[in-house]
Amino acid sequence: MKRALFVATSLVLVGGFFFAAQQFRENRTEALGFLSQEQAQTFVRPHSPRYGPSDAKVFLVEFTDPACETCAAFGPILKKLMEPHADKIQLVIRYAPFHEGAVDVVRLLEAARMQGKYWETLDLVYRSQSAWTEHHRVQAGNLWQILSQHGDLDMELLSQDVDDPAIRDIIEQDMADVQTLGVRKTPGIFVNGRPLEPFGVERLQQLIEEEVAASY
Amino acid sequence: MPSESRSVDGTRAEPGWALLFAAWLLTAVAAAGSLFFSYVMGFAPCVLCWYQRICLFPLVLILARGLFPLDRSVVKYALPLTVVGWLFAGYHNLIYFRFVPESLSPCAQGVSCSEEYVKLLGFLSIPMMSWLAFTITALLLVLVQRRPSS
Repeated sequence: MKRALFVATSLVLVGGFFFAAQQFRENRTEALGFLSQEQAQTFVRPHSPRYGPSDAKVFLVEFTDPACETCAAFGPILKKLMEPHADKIQLVIRYAPFHEGAVDVVRLLEAARMQGKYWETLDLVYRSQSAWTEHHRVQAGNLWQILSQHGDLDMELLSQDVDDPAIRDIIEQDMADVQTLGVRKTPGIFVNGRPLEPFGVERLQQLIEEEVAASY
Repeated sequence: MPSESRSVDGTRAEPGWALLFAAWLLTAVAAAGSLFFSYVMGFAPCVLCWYQRICLFPLVLILARGLFPLDRSVVKYALPLTVVGWLFAGYHNLIYFRFVPESLSPCAQGVSCSEEYVKLLGFLSIPMMSWLAFTITALLLVLVQRRPSS
């Protein structure tokens, strides 16, 4: 009788363990969707700025260079494409600062993020791009002036935060992922890990529709 | 404590069996839970967690061995492990609640001992669960030992 109780309890424990493990994995896979895939973290890092619902299952990952004209042009386009699926899709910003001096702009953006002003600053940086680039080279002084005039930022704090080692780490990790994923041009866009090939707004819309349909 | 115990059928002839079984069940559940946290949920165990596991895992086997047939001298072997585990768990909770600064603890490098991974029912952290498990196991073992044998 006691032996039976012992054996039965042991079996319940072992069985319960594996059942719970199975349940846990299934729940997580379902909750994360794309993010549960092994390669997903190369696309979406915990440090990356994200726009959109946290429980989204479609991830629109953009490797951007703030000094790249097409990236600036894509800013509003991405938001417009996301709009019809606003509750299902999340924009993830990654950095690929290929232009000379673009790293400094990324530092500014991340410092602005520390003040909780990331998205409006990114918007301003994109919109004013022609005023702070000359022949594809970043004129950082101009950008500082624009931000202090038009941005709602604490500039003194900003000038301290740009040197934060955490920002350097973010840039290094993003550049490493740029290598891994073979991003050679900006914007480098992926929807749930699928690269935007061939590059184009229509193809991007199609990718988004496909991934939304597959994930929901 | 008298070492002889009458081997008659039924629970009544083996006082303390149910208590020892409860202690075993508790340690088994705790061990399974600990493995679940690290291998299923993917939490890396910190140094202090390892010391507690070193005390916890053998208890599952030792206590089970003491059940068939009931051998209350198992307490002699199980209680030291339980007490050592209980001490580590207590120290872990002191760090977790910042009574002891983590920089002075052995786990300043690697996984932080004060990181909060789970909180069940609003207060049950992993170190707290461990401490409760060791505490109850120790109490049960003391009760098993004190139980008159007939």
